[in-house]
Amino acid sequence: MNDLKLYCDTQQLASLRDFLHNTLRQTGLNEIDIHQLILAVEEVCANMIIHSHSCDPETYINLRTQISEEEIVFEITDMGKGFNLLEYQEPEIAEVVKTKRKGGLGIMLVKKIMDKIEFESNGVKNTCRLIKGLNSK
Amino acid sequence: MLKIENIDQNDHIVLQLKGEIDASNSVDLDAAIQEMLNKGAKKILVDCAQLEYISSAGLGVFMSYLEEFQEKDVQIVIFGLLEKVHQVFVILGLDKLITIKTTQQDALEAML
Repeated sequence: MNDLKLYCDTQQLASLRDFLHNTLRQTGLNEIDIHQLILAVEEVCANMIIHSHSCDPETYINLRTQISEEEIVFEITDMGKGFNLLEYQEPEIAEVVKTKRKGGLGIMLVKKIMDKIEFESNGVKNTCRLIKGLNSK
Repeated sequence: MLKIENIDQNDHIVLQLKGEIDASNSVDLDAAIQEMLNKGAKKILVDCAQLEYISSAGLGVFMSYLEEFQEKDVQIVIFGLLEKVHQVFVILGLDKLITIKTTQQDALEAML
């Protein structure tokens, strides 16, 4: 089990990637899979940093990774208004192009890369779990 | 870290991207593309041979310009993608919206 406290500044995303890389290379996954998992976790964290925390570097989110034989669980928790990506309706690619919106692709990536996404909130603390099965592909 | 270089070559511009593009620096990519459009560039080759990482923030920049490229008759071809980065384009189906080639030569030949 590995933990990272990530302050809400997009400049911190590079250290998030280093942390994930160090954690995931113990799994025996290949470089392409590791790259995709790093990307998906970063997308969720970047989203929270920007949209839930308005890039306030005084605030932080927590990431915990748990690796078992069957799966990897990335648990991201924060305090605040929360962002339920399960309820977020991602746009079609064509719509992204047409409306020139620069967001929307991130959640699409997360949903395509991860096997399971869970979200729960008690109004104060929000927990988002991203789960990747290790025998799924 | 992201390093962006513009290399003017005869009738085209090579936009060289080195390092990692994420939400902290995608505005730099946006500015670089905007500047090329302002200068009236018509053929843009994006050299991604040293691009180690691109998140949706960077991919979104490319997508947001596709219509403008079309309206202004600007041709853009990406080349040299590392396989791990190429796969991200494939996951989103962006490889169907933007031309991706293996080498700079292939990219040049893909331009009309």
